[in-house]
Amino acid sequence: MATPAGAAVKAAPWRDPNAKPYVQIERVTKAFGDFKAVDDISLKIYQGEIFCLLGASGCGKTTLLRMLGGFETPTSGRILIDGEDMTGVPPYERPVNMMFQSYALFPHMNVEQNVAFGLKQDRVPKAEINERVASMLELVKLGDFAKRKPHQLSGGQRQRVALARSLVKRPKLLLLDEPLGALDKKLREHTQFELISIQDKLGVTFVVVTHDQEEAMTLASRIGVMNQGEIVQAGTPSEIYEFPSTKFVADFIGSVNIFEGKLIEDEPEYVRIGSPELGGTIYVSHGISAAPEATVWAAVRPEKVFMTTAPPEGTDNVARGAVQDIAYLGDLSIYLVRLPTGKIVRVTQPNTSRHAEAITWDQQVYLSWDSTSPVVVTR
Amino acid sequence: MRHTAFLERFGVSGRGLVVALPYLWLLLFFVVPFVIVLKISFADVDLAIPPYTSLLQWEGANELSIRLNFNNYAFLFTNELYIKALLNSLLVAFVSTLFCIVIGYPMAYGIARARPKTRNILLLLVILPFWTSLLLRVYAWIGLLKANGVINNALMSLGLIHEPLAMLYTPFAMYVGIVYSYLPFFILPLYANLEKMDWQLLEAAEDLGCRPWQAFYKITLPLSRNGILAGSMLVFIPAVGEFVIPALLGGPNALMIGRILWDEFFSNRAWPVASAVAILLLLLLVPFMMWYQSIQARESAGAR
Repeated sequence: MATPAGAAVKAAPWRDPNAKPYVQIERVTKAFGDFKAVDDISLKIYQGEIFCLLGASGCGKTTLLRMLGGFETPTSGRILIDGEDMTGVPPYERPVNMMFQSYALFPHMNVEQNVAFGLKQDRVPKAEINERVASMLELVKLGDFAKRKPHQLSGGQRQRVALARSLVKRPKLLLLDEPLGALDKKLREHTQFELISIQDKLGVTFVVVTHDQEEAMTLASRIGVMNQGEIVQAGTPSEIYEFPSTKFVADFIGSVNIFEGKLIEDEPEYVRIGSPELGGTIYVSHGISAAPEATVWAAVRPEKVFMTTAPPEGTDNVARGAVQDIAYLGDLSIYLVRLPTGKIVRVTQPNTSRHAEAITWDQQVYLSWDSTSPVVVTR
Repeated sequence: MRHTAFLERFGVSGRGLVVALPYLWLLLFFVVPFVIVLKISFADVDLAIPPYTSLLQWEGANELSIRLNFNNYAFLFTNELYIKALLNSLLVAFVSTLFCIVIGYPMAYGIARARPKTRNILLLLVILPFWTSLLLRVYAWIGLLKANGVINNALMSLGLIHEPLAMLYTPFAMYVGIVYSYLPFFILPLYANLEKMDWQLLEAAEDLGCRPWQAFYKITLPLSRNGILAGSMLVFIPAVGEFVIPALLGGPNALMIGRILWDEFFSNRAWPVASAVAILLLLLLVPFMMWYQSIQARESAGAR
């Protein structure tokens, strides 16, 4: 197993009120005409983090990244990097480098010249340039390709040249725009772990834009989920996954079953929700803050739903239905169970045994879950 | 089907026919005239119609003799006028090309970076002059540049000058005419090249520490090299042999090889010398044309 994501951040500085953030985004808005691509975002990113901006295309994540790089100017608000106000500072004077989604390698230069470009620009002595370029190419395992032109490289090699070129100037902050987007799945998984180990080795702060939630979960120390120009929730991958703050986040990260209902019992230690969609009640073993009689949603992850042929004990958190569809994925199977109310519930079960007594199509099953499993959100 | 069968009986396939047509065209309208001109350049002046001697002559009954006269070429190299005119033509073409680069590059760049809607309008404006004949446009320049022309009258009524400037029939007027006429030939290939540019490369360069002008110098300029060369060749090659513009705007002293050729041919009726000049000019331009071809080939291969 690789090191945990964002291993460079040991102490979760975002929980320490005295920690000094490296990047401060203060009430930043970017409007194109009437359209607000980024809408009043405030965010603190700490040294050594891998912060992922996650969202569907058009949610404003790339615009936010481009503002960090200096390629767009905020309409209002300001950005501080290492305590310095970046307003009016052009890209070529920022202590920041960017890895572009298209990689933007210079086609008329070979790999070595591409990587050396930024150092030459800074008038670094020639001997030092050679040394730094060589060691950087070594780091991204491209030592043998130094004299190749970009069009002679594969997608994965180009990605590594782009990474080397943006890292060789030793930026304190590296911006990565869909860094793995152009790679196929196997290569992407491999490169994710490489990125983490390089980041760990160099101690650079990464801000990564991605639309791929799996990529975000693997890479990030924290994820900022974006929707329509706003950050809906920011937190560690497990916080985002296990404690989504809204229906949107719950639905966007992974798959989830959402049951709409109304609070019928609201105590400090527990709540009970009546859900017509489920055709029963949901019991949650912790209190929530919501108005009485308010509409709430209980989100239950597919892997936290138990599926049995015998009826479980109790009357809360139970439903009966018929298996409508099964998808066998090898390591696990996905079951779609249709409740009498018409609601389809998604259940995943690990295939722990090679010769399991399989549940088959149209079979009547009982679904249930622990009272700690549902997450209740109010919007 | 029956038609192809008919042709195939004579060993002609449809495919071969398609390929043969352009070659036939080139043979008829390029190779044959060229051979005729080449032939005339080795002939002697004669008071006849056409005004040159034949290369082939029957000596007695069974003997055909070929008589090649190299005097025309020798004449060109011994007479200062031709060498001077040739060198001057090269110089004028070179300087005109430089002006086209300086004026045309910003225009092509501007068009390539404009929004798609504006871009089409700008391109149309570049091509628009072609809708009128070149001769008319050059005559229009006479109206603009002459002593009591539009420009002089405007400057005098503004009180900026008191005597009309002598612009027409000067090298200045000739350069204005050539650069004006050939500018679209420079802009269009360069635009085609710049239009393919990935502008994110400039952001990448700025990100790595380049000021905008450095990014232009280190990225845009080298990447548009082929476009500049292609456009330059399209201006330079025809400008060397240009006749109309120097004749109309350049005045009697504009020593251009195209005018010499015209004079030899029409005034002196010295067809052999004129042909020799034409052949020499062609030989001089062949290397440039080959260079242009190789740029085009590289451009379409996509390798930079």
